[in-house]
Amino acid sequence: MEIVAIHQISPDQVILFQWGWIVINATLVYTWLVMGILVIGSALITSRLSLERTMPRWQNLLEIILSGVLSEIRQIDREGAENYFPFVSTLFLFILFANILTFIPGYVAPTSSLTTTAALAVLVFFAVPIFGIAKLGFIEYFREYFRPNALFLPFHVMGELSRTLALAVRLFGNLMSHEKVIAILLAVTPLFFPIVMQALGLLIGIIQAYIFAILAMVYIASASQAHGEKETQGGKAQTHGKER
Amino acid sequence: MDSVSIVAAVSIVTAGLCMSIGSIGPALGQGRAVQSALGSIAQQPDERNSLTRTLFVGLAMMESIAIYCFVISMILVFANPFWTYIVKNAGG
Repeated sequence: MEIVAIHQISPDQVILFQWGWIVINATLVYTWLVMGILVIGSALITSRLSLERTMPRWQNLLEIILSGVLSEIRQIDREGAENYFPFVSTLFLFILFANILTFIPGYVAPTSSLTTTAALAVLVFFAVPIFGIAKLGFIEYFREYFRPNALFLPFHVMGELSRTLALAVRLFGNLMSHEKVIAILLAVTPLFFPIVMQALGLLIGIIQAYIFAILAMVYIASASQAHGEKETQGGKAQTHGKER
Repeated sequence: MDSVSIVAAVSIVTAGLCMSIGSIGPALGQGRAVQSALGSIAQQPDERNSLTRTLFVGLAMMESIAIYCFVISMILVFANPFWTYIVKNAGG
């Protein structure tokens, strides 16, 4: 069974329900499915937390995931890790679940549509100045754009825009290409190879979720660190951020 | 040739060329990156975690170049704007 036909490059083109100008497409349905799973699941888990020596197993799972994310963030930016943690871990969890639920037949990852990934990248685009201004103040943040001198202003702006585009297209391209590869393999060698590629696809999905979160973190960290302290704490993060 | 077949032929050939030429560079770059990462892990096994993390981020960045080429060729083959324009005009 196939939701997205092979000649459709995005689940946006699969229209499940249309009433006037209200169009419900597959991307919308699966996005809300993932959000519902995340919200209801975490509400159920956090409704009975315990500080005892024995804790519920789901609480254990959630703690492992979130403390892993927090320690990754701490390695990039030690001081403000708790500030960025809700935003970055939400991005990570949403993309992670959107990607790894693809092992369910009939499910189409909402991240294989350019609209979803563009929305996520726009979130990062706006989060960078928000966190930067909150940390450094308005003047100090915008002074970064004029370093080393005012001639570099257009390059900084171009860099922000192009890395947002790269963030969106990277996630979209990886997930979409993986889906297409499986569809083509199903037509060519339907017996065994698609399963191997599915397993590889789970790995790709996890890595892409990780990379999206790490890159968002690196961009935010590089924007919200003052120029003077770059060499001490965030040397690694800085080199990442400037490479793009 | 009429314009429909010209657009079709150019789109298909360009999609193949885009994918093949565009994957040479990322393949070479990924090979070099993995090579030096393996060398570094062999020299310093203690730094394995941070090396692997940086390697994955770097690999994904290189791979995204090939993915851009793939997206372009998918657009050329499946969602070609010129093709839809030509077909709409030809159909009247």
